Amino acid sequence: MPQVSLTVNGTKHTVEVEARTLLVELLREKLRLTGTHVGCDTSQCGACVVHMGGDSIKSCTILAVQCEGASVTTIEGLAAADGTLHPMQEAFREYHALQCGFCTPGMVMSAIDLVNKHPDGLSEKEIREGLEGNLCRCTGYHNIVKAIAAASDVMQGRTAELTPAAAE
Amino acid sequence: MYDFEYHKPSSVADAVKILAADPDARAISGGMTLLPALKLRLNKPTAVVDLSGIADLRGVKRDGNKIVIGALTKHYEVATSAEVKAAIPALAAMAASIGDTQVRNRGTMGGSVANNDPSADYPAALLALGATIQTDRRTISADDFFQGMFATALEAGELVTAIHIPVPEKAGYAKMRNPASRYSMAGVFVAKGPAGVRVAVNGAGNNGSYRHAGMEAALSANWSADAVAGIKVDPSDMNGDIHGSAEYRAHLVTVMAKRAVTNAG
Repeated sequence: MPQVSLTVNGTKHTVEVEARTLLVELLREKLRLTGTHVGCDTSQCGACVVHMGGDSIKSCTILAVQCEGASVTTIEGLAAADGTLHPMQEAFREYHALQCGFCTPGMVMSAIDLVNKHPDGLSEKEIREGLEGNLCRCTGYHNIVKAIAAASDVMQGRTAELTPAAAE
Repeated sequence: MYDFEYHKPSSVADAVKILAADPDARAISGGMTLLPALKLRLNKPTAVVDLSGIADLRGVKRDGNKIVIGALTKHYEVATSAEVKAAIPALAAMAASIGDTQVRNRGTMGGSVANNDPSADYPAALLALGATIQTDRRTISADDFFQGMFATALEAGELVTAIHIPVPEKAGYAKMRNPASRYSMAGVFVAKGPAGVRVAVNGAGNNGSYRHAGMEAALSANWSADAVAGIKVDPSDMNGDIHGSAEYRAHLVTVMAKRAVTNAG
């Protein structure tokens, strides 16, 4: 059986897998990192998005063996060791950017890549277009977009702290 | 997904050798088309040959009056390449419109070209730009390479290694996306370059991406959106399905051609 060595959330793993094993299966079933979800399993919904080498990818559409030597970050790898949430996670909480939460890990991972690729900030249109590969079936995206805009201000130093969500 | 052998060669020669020895082996680059097909068990390869370890197939460079793009160059890299943005901004914009961010972070130009999906973006661009496709054994003009829906001039086990694109004077692209799948329902790429005016259509035709001679003649005489506005596309050349009838797609092709010329400036 093929072996694959990769770094996940800073920890090196060497795992025996079948050639057909998907990265998401390796993460969930071998490494028990179940924060990465499988929604559609057809590359459309984005619930399985993780980062590989800093880029967001759909972990249901890549073989584990294709990740040899790669550095993968999952939703579990975002918070600090003391439990302090990543600014994007904090913003999703503050802006109530989730209801059932199923799509949230993928949304957060895609959002962080989106912010990182736009160092000068993002317009609302760019955020909405940047979420093309992630489906949410309950919030209607509106609060997700607000959360990403607020988190980007913190991540890129335009505000020192997360702007609180307006009372409605 | 059925299981298979996995190979990761480090040179084109080794990859070609493995593919030649096993006619049921399949090459994979980004895997954005192959993996979904394998998951649906539409395909049962004995082996998957991962090309990602071949370093010299990746990257964009300007070579005189051409842009040369390695087959393993990802859509995201084409979309953000300074060379492509400067020389053929319409191609960079097209790459930025393929699929979604995660697809663009994995999918490659060579894979898309070799697959020749009728709704894929690149084949129309390469036809209109008069590109040349380089493989492990020869070079093929885009006109000869693309042979209809999912059909190309590639022989069994032949690999696309690079795409050579003459820098055009002007180029523009417009597409109507299916609101659900986001694939092109009708897309038109127009270019005025060393090979004259060329117009290619994706998404709409009933046999894959193709060039439209009538629009090329009209734009050669008069490069303006008005020149193509009156051209009626024959619905019998179009694909019709639940997403849009052949008549609707024929109409869309003319509308997209006008927009593409406007985008080209």
